[in-house]
Amino acid sequence: MDGATTAPDVIREEASSSVERPLARVPLVLNRRNFSWITERISGAVEGAAPRWWWVTFAITSMVAMFGLFCLGYQISTGVGVWGLNHPVGWAWDITNFVFWIGIGHAGTLISAILYLLRQKWRTSINRSAEAMTLFAVICAAIFPGVHVGRVWMAWYLAPLPNNYGIWPNFRSPLLWDVFAVSTYFTVSVLFWYTGLIPDLATLRDRATTKIKKLLYGIFAVGWRGSNRNWRHYEMAYLLLAGLSTPLVLSVHSVVSFDFATSIIPTWHTTIFPPYFVAGAIFGGFAMVLTLLIPARAIYKFQDIITPQHIDKMAKVILLTGSMVAYAYTMEFFVAWYSGNQYEKFAFYNRIFGPYWWYWWVGMLFCNCLSPQLFWFRRFRRNIYVVYFVSMCVNAGMWFERFIIIVGGLHRDFLPSAWGLFIPTWVDIWTFIGTFGIFLSLFLLFIRYLPMIAMSEVKIVLPEANPHHASPEEHHVVAAGGGERTK
Amino acid sequence: MRTPSGNKVYGMGAEFPSAASLYEAAKRVRDAGFKRWDVHSPFPIHGMDAAMGLGKSWLSAVVLAGGITGLLTAVILEFGPSTFLYPLVVHGKPFDWKTVPAFFPIMFELTILFSAFAAFFAVLIMNGLPRWNHPVFNWRRFSRATNDGFFLIIEARDPRFTELEARELLEQSGGSHVTIIHEE
Repeated sequence: MDGATTAPDVIREEASSSVERPLARVPLVLNRRNFSWITERISGAVEGAAPRWWWVTFAITSMVAMFGLFCLGYQISTGVGVWGLNHPVGWAWDITNFVFWIGIGHAGTLISAILYLLRQKWRTSINRSAEAMTLFAVICAAIFPGVHVGRVWMAWYLAPLPNNYGIWPNFRSPLLWDVFAVSTYFTVSVLFWYTGLIPDLATLRDRATTKIKKLLYGIFAVGWRGSNRNWRHYEMAYLLLAGLSTPLVLSVHSVVSFDFATSIIPTWHTTIFPPYFVAGAIFGGFAMVLTLLIPARAIYKFQDIITPQHIDKMAKVILLTGSMVAYAYTMEFFVAWYSGNQYEKFAFYNRIFGPYWWYWWVGMLFCNCLSPQLFWFRRFRRNIYVVYFVSMCVNAGMWFERFIIIVGGLHRDFLPSAWGLFIPTWVDIWTFIGTFGIFLSLFLLFIRYLPMIAMSEVKIVLPEANPHHASPEEHHVVAAGGGERTK
Repeated sequence: MRTPSGNKVYGMGAEFPSAASLYEAAKRVRDAGFKRWDVHSPFPIHGMDAAMGLGKSWLSAVVLAGGITGLLTAVILEFGPSTFLYPLVVHGKPFDWKTVPAFFPIMFELTILFSAFAAFFAVLIMNGLPRWNHPVFNWRRFSRATNDGFFLIIEARDPRFTELEARELLEQSGGSHVTIIHEE
């Protein structure tokens, strides 16, 4: 349109954009990238020599991981006394860390399974790395219940086996449910992740330049050749694994919350725990996904695949789950008052004004309830620094939340004579930091050797993947709702 | 079928420029009455099963069987020890069938676990995987099937297969690089 825009022109333009293309959407892959660009860009991150930043980061994280393992060894060889927990706080950082890590895993399964069933196509850019994050987080989580029992060589007591008196574990105990839930969760997550990896491993196999790479990727690609007779069963298996993982992920954190909810400790004995824990897990997990993906996206130049739209949507999930968590926190206070139970009322008074008061004000109130509310505004969801800041707040806030629930519940329960505080030792602190080392080292190895974005799945969201797609010329790139415009 | 040099022929393949053209070609090959043929693409193409004349995958039946096995395993694992081998009274709760609500979580978890294993192994076994090699990998261009290539391959053991007819069909459907693929 040349010259000044007249009123009828504007009306016609608005009419044509809203009437002729009512379902116009911002494309999920920007700049009209084609299939081979996707293969090149994603495989390129794995092929070639490791960049210097990778070695530096990996050196640091693996040293931290080693020190964490040393702390575990020291704790196992000396005894649980090296930790700060004692009566009355018998569960402290160990179980806090367990719930923290297992919760982080949940976002990966939500993205890979629930969003798949809901046909949310934007998940394809982030599901692979989120699932990897799930596995590594569950590995970190599994360490703590394993070692906090003290005598790890008796860990087989967790298994459904009779002991030397012929007594079996109590199958009615939430602690045993937890063993089954977490081990099933890890196993199913591995199967789901590996099933998704097979076509991409075949891509790396076909691009391999050395014999050893060809052999290794070839073995793990199980001879995949993209045949539609194979895709037919593969898609059914993938759909069913998604369908199975969906109730599974909801059950895992519900079972974790039963560990607390079936006890009689004030603030623990409550029916709101399962949904509250699941929402919190997804909340914390999405924050960790953003924490890992925002730098990875910049380093590997994945901006056309993990677009501002993806970050925007993840921010919305954080806003939703964060608000659910805030509602649950409020409801806990209401029920404490409404129940008329003095222990319950005191416990919640103590949560805000007791010795751990700042954990609540900083962790639960500011980090978990207030900071995600920024995401009501589009400009904050589109600002990478704000998103990163909020996800860091949520990472911290969710750890504080678990600490408040666990230690806050235990340190002042019924009789004031039995009260006591928990103070962490250096072993507590370094074991926790060490699990971050383990988590990040595993994640760095993952992005070094495996495609961190599901190539075969991202290709499906391109318009050319549609069998009824006419020709590349007719492919309109439309920006809707004031989204970013692409050429 | 063998070539003059004595190599056994696996089939004849053609490359297609897009998912849409592969989809149309598949419909033509299906309508021509071929049974032993396959298309290869870097991602599953929506609607290709119907275009190839394939029905719904029966993998779901295997998964159902896996789930039932898991559920029964959990029932035996929980009731066996707790009711028969060493009845354990905890919190004064019953140990016969009335205790079943407390057994639901493990029943659920094992149902999921066994179903997932069934899905994983079924997809491998039903697809004849893992395997070390396949004749299609002898075709040099075929390495693009995991990148951006779309291929249709008609096997020589199809009763309708003749070199002439297959070549004509593939070329008419818009295929390029029509090539004979050998067994080794």
